Amino acid sequence: MAKQQSILPAEQWESFDIQTEELLVNMGPQHPSTHGVLRLVLRTRGETVLELTPFIGYLHRCAEKIGENVSAQQWIPYTDRLDYLAAMNMNLGWALTVEKLLGMTVPERGRHLRVALVELDRIASHLVAVGTYALDLGNFTPFMYCFREREKILNLFEQISGARLTFSFIVAGGVRADAPAGWVEACREFLDQLPTTLSQVHHLLSTNAIFVRRTAGIGVLTKELAIGYGCSGPVLRASGVQWDLRRHGEPIYTSLYEDYHFEIAAPNPSGRYPPAEELPLPPPEAVVGDCWHRYFVRMYEIHQAAKLVRQALEKYEDSGGPVGSPIKHTHKLPKGEAYLETECPRGQMGFFVVGRDSPVPWRVRARSSSFCNLSVLPELCRGAFIADVPAILGSLDIVLGEVDR
Amino acid sequence: MAVLSCLGLLVLVGSAAAFLIWAERKIAGRIQDRYGPTRVGGRFGWLQSVADGIKILGKEDIIPASGDRLLFRLAPYLAFVAAFSWYIALPFSDRLVVARTDIAALFVVAVAGLEVYAILLGGYASGGKWSLIGGMRETVQVISYEIPLTLGAIIPVVLTGSMDLVAVGEAQKGGFWNWYIFHNPFAFLGFWVFVTAAAASLNRAPFDLPEAESELVSGYMTEYSGFRWAAFMLSEYIAIFAMCLLTAVLFLGAWHMPLPIFEWFGWKSGNSYLHYWMSHIFEAAIVATKALFGAMVLMWARWSLPRLRIDQVMIVCLKYCLPLGALAFIGCLLWQTLFPGGIFSAVINF
Repeated sequence: MAKQQSILPAEQWESFDIQTEELLVNMGPQHPSTHGVLRLVLRTRGETVLELTPFIGYLHRCAEKIGENVSAQQWIPYTDRLDYLAAMNMNLGWALTVEKLLGMTVPERGRHLRVALVELDRIASHLVAVGTYALDLGNFTPFMYCFREREKILNLFEQISGARLTFSFIVAGGVRADAPAGWVEACREFLDQLPTTLSQVHHLLSTNAIFVRRTAGIGVLTKELAIGYGCSGPVLRASGVQWDLRRHGEPIYTSLYEDYHFEIAAPNPSGRYPPAEELPLPPPEAVVGDCWHRYFVRMYEIHQAAKLVRQALEKYEDSGGPVGSPIKHTHKLPKGEAYLETECPRGQMGFFVVGRDSPVPWRVRARSSSFCNLSVLPELCRGAFIADVPAILGSLDIVLGEVDR
Repeated sequence: MAVLSCLGLLVLVGSAAAFLIWAERKIAGRIQDRYGPTRVGGRFGWLQSVADGIKILGKEDIIPASGDRLLFRLAPYLAFVAAFSWYIALPFSDRLVVARTDIAALFVVAVAGLEVYAILLGGYASGGKWSLIGGMRETVQVISYEIPLTLGAIIPVVLTGSMDLVAVGEAQKGGFWNWYIFHNPFAFLGFWVFVTAAAASLNRAPFDLPEAESELVSGYMTEYSGFRWAAFMLSEYIAIFAMCLLTAVLFLGAWHMPLPIFEWFGWKSGNSYLHYWMSHIFEAAIVATKALFGAMVLMWARWSLPRLRIDQVMIVCLKYCLPLGALAFIGCLLWQTLFPGGIFSAVINF
């Protein structure tokens, strides 16, 4: 088992013949591997990072304050721009929160369409995560493969919603429109050819000797630390915590996934995953909670999400009736409050809304998963090499739009 | 004559580098399921490098305020000169060589290490911490890999008994079984050590740390723009072509065909002046083809492998390349003493 690099104690540094000065370097906010406008200040000694401090706020757009000045339905486009790589999931989180406050339910057909969309978006989001992670480690090719597949998903989304990134499609009360003719078949066609690309990515990354060397045993996040920092999503699950809100969340959310079969993508203490088809075994060097597992949990979730989309499409076709219709912009939110967390690709995204008997909420709050996941970065990078910083940061897969809001 | 041949070489090397830059983009495109250049100069974008060159000439020339102006200006030309000096001693055929010297192998290996000055200067003179780290990494890496590189390069020298690269090439005449890569098992091992060290000293993937774009943002090249950047870029590809040429000359039968069909069929070039030059240009084409094939392999590796970390690069050098290189070297010495001649002749004699 590889161990994480630890910093040498001061007296051992003193014993070296060649003394290097500490260097304070700035990484970002314009830096290709900080995945957006994140600024990291690194105190380094040679190639070792002694201390890392993230600075955030470069993408702060007052999203929550805006939410207190527009009606619930009008805030949907702002949720798109929180985690812009998984806008469907953001839409769903907010829509469900508002529905919870209103005590609404969505027709069955609409629920299945929502699951199909959300899981497709999960695939798209994880493809970006995996692709850019490969880029962080200096491998350009998987990035292109992943983006090619993501492009196909975006085409599907464009057919159904008219937008490619900021969909605003899942709204309180249902979805904006039913799927156009031929959309379900197009989805199935996409899912049929997805495994080919995934196996290519597994070849290029999961089992590649250099990739394993760069990720296995690097940035080990223990279970306790992960829970202590409030990490969620793939970051938490990669540390071996069997926790997925799609199974363990609130009824209004878990009811969406009631009749669906999927495995929770989390390694057991010996680093093995629930059996699934065509997946490589974890390399012996990988430690539960390291970068490799964080990467692999995402790959695993892509496989699981593809299964979920298939099930959702089947159920969607079998169920008749309406898909639900958006509530009016003038629909009044009753007095009271609602909070709901959903399992987004990057973790648990929570929305909080307080109604005041008016269409405009009194308070809106978004709990960001990326923010909590980012907060653990200084812990993970202490004592790592400079080259490991992008590797660890990339494995946390943050989206600054969600961190800063 | 020397000036003329240098000018000819400059044209040749420049066009080889332009071709390699185009090929790199095209191959990367094909590997990544996209087209690569398609616009400039017909369907395959042949003139992409030329178009890029013209564009680069129009770029704003920036020298960072915190940088060292003189060294900043000097570094790219030093890189270019270092890469170009290889060709002084590299033979394309037994007559097509700018300066045939008895110590060509030594000269080439020595020149291979010169590029490090350019990159360290570039990194230092840029006045940025990231650039400096890039330059430092390069220094550590190139200096360490010099040793396995030399150990690999010395094997053909030992097998030939001469440091003259033309003699090394001529000794591998007549069929691929005479090539030094297949001379004996130790030479085969030495070849792979040499190739690994060559990739590392060229800063090619998976050893392209100095210009790691993910953490260093292109390292020493960050602050460069315009023609200076182009000089760095050109010299990189010139060095790649030179290293591949050297590999072909040392291990892959130089300018001889894999099968000696000319000898088999009794074809001989005539005695006229034209025949003489035609045959030499044909030989140069053979060695260039081998070198281009080597360059393709380097590109293939670059677009399918992630990047190692600096400590892992050093581990590959010190723990694997160095002992294996030493083993190959000593093995070849013993082989030469015990059964002079290649493994094929040894088997036949046995």
